[in-house]
Amino acid sequence: MDRSHILSVLVENRFGVLSKVSGLFASRGYNIKSLSVGETEDPTISRMTILVEGDDKIIEQVKKQLNKMIDTVKVIDFVGKKSIDKELCFLKINTKGKEKSEILTIASIFKSEVIDIGTRSLTLQICAQTDKINDFLKLLQPFGILEISRSGVVAISDDEK
Amino acid sequence: MEMTGAKILIESLKKEGVNTVFGYPGGSVIPIFDALYGDKELKLILPRHEQAGGHAADAYSRATGKPGVVIATSGPGATNITTALATAYLDSVPLVAFTGQVKQTLIGTDAFQEADITGITYPVTKYNYLVKDVKDLARIIKEAFYIAKSGRPGPVLVDIPVDVSNAKCEFIYPEKIQLRTYNPNYEGHPKQIKKALQMIQESKQPVIIAGGGIIWSNASAELKEFADKSGIPVTTTLMGLGAVPSDYPNYLGMPGMHGTVYANYSIMDADLLIAIGMRFDDRVTGKVDEFAPNAKIIHIDIDPASIGKILNAHLPIVGDAKNVLSQLNKEIQKADISEWINKINNWKKDYPLTYLPKGNEIKPQFVLETINKLTAGKKTIFTTEVGQHQMWSAQFLKLDRPRQFLTSGGLGTMGYGFPAAIGAQVAYPDALVIGIAGDGSFQMNLQELATVKNYNLPVKIVILNNMYLGMVRQWQELFYDKRYSATCLARDASCPLECSGESCIKYFPDFVKLADAYGIKGYRITKKEEVESVLKKALIEDQDAVLLDIHISREENVMPMVAAGHPINNIIQKYE
Repeated sequence: MDRSHILSVLVENRFGVLSKVSGLFASRGYNIKSLSVGETEDPTISRMTILVEGDDKIIEQVKKQLNKMIDTVKVIDFVGKKSIDKELCFLKINTKGKEKSEILTIASIFKSEVIDIGTRSLTLQICAQTDKINDFLKLLQPFGILEISRSGVVAISDDEK
Repeated sequence: MEMTGAKILIESLKKEGVNTVFGYPGGSVIPIFDALYGDKELKLILPRHEQAGGHAADAYSRATGKPGVVIATSGPGATNITTALATAYLDSVPLVAFTGQVKQTLIGTDAFQEADITGITYPVTKYNYLVKDVKDLARIIKEAFYIAKSGRPGPVLVDIPVDVSNAKCEFIYPEKIQLRTYNPNYEGHPKQIKKALQMIQESKQPVIIAGGGIIWSNASAELKEFADKSGIPVTTTLMGLGAVPSDYPNYLGMPGMHGTVYANYSIMDADLLIAIGMRFDDRVTGKVDEFAPNAKIIHIDIDPASIGKILNAHLPIVGDAKNVLSQLNKEIQKADISEWINKINNWKKDYPLTYLPKGNEIKPQFVLETINKLTAGKKTIFTTEVGQHQMWSAQFLKLDRPRQFLTSGGLGTMGYGFPAAIGAQVAYPDALVIGIAGDGSFQMNLQELATVKNYNLPVKIVILNNMYLGMVRQWQELFYDKRYSATCLARDASCPLECSGESCIKYFPDFVKLADAYGIKGYRITKKEEVESVLKKALIEDQDAVLLDIHISREENVMPMVAAGHPINNIIQKYE
């Protein structure tokens, strides 16, 4: 059965590594749903957070192939582990000739902020889990979404309590 | 001492124990070839095509177990070795390639002879580097050799911009490798070893499938000890040929598409497969869902990603074949499987590897049997191209040791075998190196006749000439209603579309004349009664390179055969 996995892949922070990782997914036919990359507490290491969908066998292969890469320090699969994951999303909504109050009500329920406003459009920011962002976008769809920009998921392990 | 990048490369190669490089010059590697000029310790072999240089270095590696080295220039020189890298990658060969690159200020500008070779070769190398600072060069070379030969071996490419080759720095060859992210596991986990022994003890119908991992970890002796002590029958994949001698009593030959009937029947009936250093390639498994339906699988491999990729292993053991087998050998007991062995021996009796003689025609299998007879007891190395002759060779040639049979298994590269024979001969000047070829494959790298001549390499080229791209023709005959699309190499404008080809007497090109043009002796054999005498003269009596053009039965098929995607006990046995 297919399910989404968030993989945190710690890699050497060198040029070309991102293309190697994405190339591995392409050449072996695995589908990346989202990918985000950034430096970590150790500047020689970057963290790639990859959202990938597949059955257990495929995910196992993805992890093994990622581990096999010489530049990979560590691969963490957050499925079954306590973790926090969020995504940032900007969306521009067409407001021309429309009442903004309903949009703003939905936004406030979803803890979304207005970050820009113009004569014909309004830009919202939401930082939430991927599913919640998908719900939010669905609700706003009827108002006319002009543009969406999503960061991809980032995740971190939960602190022990 | 301060030296140029080019000189650092040469000195680093010596530190790695390299004494032979295959290299083709060009603009971006002139400094490197200049540093090689007149060097007494490094022998430079100039092929006539970079691809052939890559294959020769690959075969040098397969024959010796040491990394082979190829040097090519930027752009087309580098792209020409891509096939050689892919060939080495799929067969886990520690080939180390050095390419020139345009100077760094020109990278990314579509400069003359610029190609992003690290980008191009990433999917077909174990690792690759673009060197940006001469100070990193020695460390990178050290790492490249270490990565190539450790763990599951594989090709590594180092791309060196010409300004790095020309820049100078202090040469210090690092003593230690520091790679925090790469640490292959060599020892099998003791718990898993214990479980394996238990599974073997409980098994009634076990089979060992040994692959190229046995060859690369030098585990032939350990494998033989394991098979001797346990009495379990052994089949070897194409890459594992030679891991046990062909005449080993419990040997089943090769499994899979053109494997022996008894190897395939044994696998399909087995209750336990002990897979060592092999990766369940589709040419071995046939239809995966119906492969070995009753068998539990113990999968031993140094590459964790090979385990569970195609088939789930009931017991995975990550480790080096030599170590894991040694661990197993300490406690392995004779298996109580005499009934199983009887069953297999009956299959061996009922379905031997065979062929039908046909009048005065020269059957390729007969040629190979004659070669066996003539070369018995000699230090022989065989190389092959890809296609029918390759499978006949895998089936019929008698091997007595590992690293004796060099062939492109995974990628199936036509044009591999001839340069491979050159690489093997360079590695072992005294060995009898025989390159078995088809007429199609040979023409993919025939320019290397010049290399053979220039370096006085006594390689023997045996062309099993049927004027066809025979393996594809065989598929067309069996599965495409004999529509011989683009497989007859004699076809010209005067030929009718539908042509059985059987009585055709056109032979093209004239391989004997071709050899002559390069100053190499060539003999043509068209009669069965000439086969032994001419082979004897060419392979045994003559001390020089010889090309043999042997006109074999045009439409002989490789049998037995399992059609692609079928279960491996669904075997075609059509002997004509």
